[in-house]
Amino acid sequence: MGRTIIEKILSSKSRQEAYANDIVVAGVDYVMGQDGTAPLAIRAFNDMGGAKVFDRERVAFVIDHSAPSPNEGVSALHKLMREFAGARGFRLYDIGEGVCHQILPESGVVGPGCLVIGADSHTCTYGALNAFSTGVGSTDLAGGMISGRMWFKVPETIKFVCSGILPAGVYSKDLILYLIGDVTADGATYMSTEYVGDAITAMSQEARFTISNMAIEMGAKAGLMEADEKTFAWLRRFTKREFKPVTADHDAVYARMLEYDVAKLEPQVARPHRVDNVAPVSREAGKPVQQAVIGTCTNGRLEDLRIAADILGGRKVHREVRLIVAPSSRRVFLDAMAEGIIHSLVEAGAALVTPGCGPCVGTHNGVPSDNETVISTANRNFKGRMGNSNAEIYLASPATVAASALTGKITDPREFL
Amino acid sequence: MQYSGRAHKFGDDVNTEYIISGKYKFKTLDMKELAKHVMEDLAPGFYEKVTAGDFIAAGTNFGCGSSREQAPLAIKYAGVGAVLAKSFARIFYRNAINTGLPVVECDTDQLDPGDELFIDLNAGVITNRTKGTTIPIKPLPEVMIRILNDGGLAAHFKKYGGFNL
Ligand code: SF4
Repeated sequence: MGRTIIEKILSSKSRQEAYANDIVVAGVDYVMGQDGTAPLAIRAFNDMGGAKVFDRERVAFVIDHSAPSPNEGVSALHKLMREFAGARGFRLYDIGEGVCHQILPESGVVGPGCLVIGADSHTCTYGALNAFSTGVGSTDLAGGMISGRMWFKVPETIKFVCSGILPAGVYSKDLILYLIGDVTADGATYMSTEYVGDAITAMSQEARFTISNMAIEMGAKAGLMEADEKTFAWLRRFTKREFKPVTADHDAVYARMLEYDVAKLEPQVARPHRVDNVAPVSREAGKPVQQAVIGTCTNGRLEDLRIAADILGGRKVHREVRLIVAPSSRRVFLDAMAEGIIHSLVEAGAALVTPGCGPCVGTHNGVPSDNETVISTANRNFKGRMGNSNAEIYLASPATVAASALTGKITDPREFL
Repeated sequence: MQYSGRAHKFGDDVNTEYIISGKYKFKTLDMKELAKHVMEDLAPGFYEKVTAGDFIAAGTNFGCGSSREQAPLAIKYAGVGAVLAKSFARIFYRNAINTGLPVVECDTDQLDPGDELFIDLNAGVITNRTKGTTIPIKPLPEVMIRILNDGGLAAHFKKYGGFNL
């Protein structure tokens, strides 16, 4: 019987023939925790009687969610993480290095066929590198740090076939928002997803990450793609390691197969307070915004900043809008500086913050005021997400956010192309 | 495993931000403190209203969103005995079992706020004592029952020194 990508990866990692609904205990290639989840994992690690981690080279902590620390409570938790990692000799990426989901791929530790667990729900991002990576909680993370293993129920898979080429001004973010709107926030719960078709093939590797990143927003455990030349070219910038791509068999069994023609897709927005509350930007155009955010693990990569700078360069952010930009990593920040992108953004009026999660999760760096509207390139617009439950958050592509920052209201970016 | 208490009702897609807002969870590891804010945006004063052993009964996709384990922990520390829902988001579901909070998949439409319930996990049935009805429970996977029986994953690891599933 043919197998899907996730069935193949979980088979190879558990050394058995595994199919959907089997329960397996699998070896993991890499284990990651961030500053919102690692402190509790340290507590669980101690409760479990843990002494050392299974492999110092395959565990990392990242301080990205509240970085630099905004208060003494957070500082104490950061210190706990530094001491714990230091004592056990594994890598801790401290403030300013970037968002965990940008750091891991850039550090060359994840590629095709890998199995990665991260105590962060958007760990599914590396599916774009043909890896099965998924979010877990702190106790699972602790178990993984000690044993290098994790139990899984092998999920069924939904296959998204996206044909056609995205029109100018329409990006991978618009596509994934559209797909989430279509299948809804729990349309893929307990399942894996695969994304194929010429629309995906035509995308840059950076654009593909945005799609896999948001698979969790339809409830999915993984958002997988096949590896191609673009994937390997991207990986070669960061590692010499050889990876063997994992492809789905032609007779693999899927729970559902959904087909889309993207050729006529318009820019999309997710409206408050749900990620699946999606509409074409034209329907929300004109709604005033007070804050615009470009960054996060969804859309803080070099290509995203470049798209924003192309629209903002030589223009000025609307005087009633605060534009906050958080590059997703130090490397992205440096590359964007070298290209003059940062110069254009700052000149247009952007406030740059430390590479990391920025204002995404409401801990620091731009908490909105009551009754304000934010447009952001992030992946979640839940009530209270940015630290104020009386604010409204719209999600959109970097181009739509940049265009809206210029006009002070939700704007179709194609007006500026 | 048997539990009894009253039902508190919630709707579909109760996300982790509603369960415990990120603005609190990043500050502290004190779960008793976090528990005071559980569900506060959806049901102000919820923490005060809960009597130890009460249940949360919600619709579909309960716990969607972030991987924060503070979500099931805050619910547990608020004194909630179990969460009942039509379906759960997967990370929350794992986290609940791992931290020893029972999660029960069942048709919560048959429950009203304040109903007195008796849950028998082994028999796979809920008795609604207020209405005199019974509701079947979708059985948990074997591995999860084992982890829950051990009192969570940390206790399981402590007992066996690793996975023994
Ligand atoms: S950028 Fe936002 S979504 Fe991504 S890891 Fe950070 S807080 Fe989570």
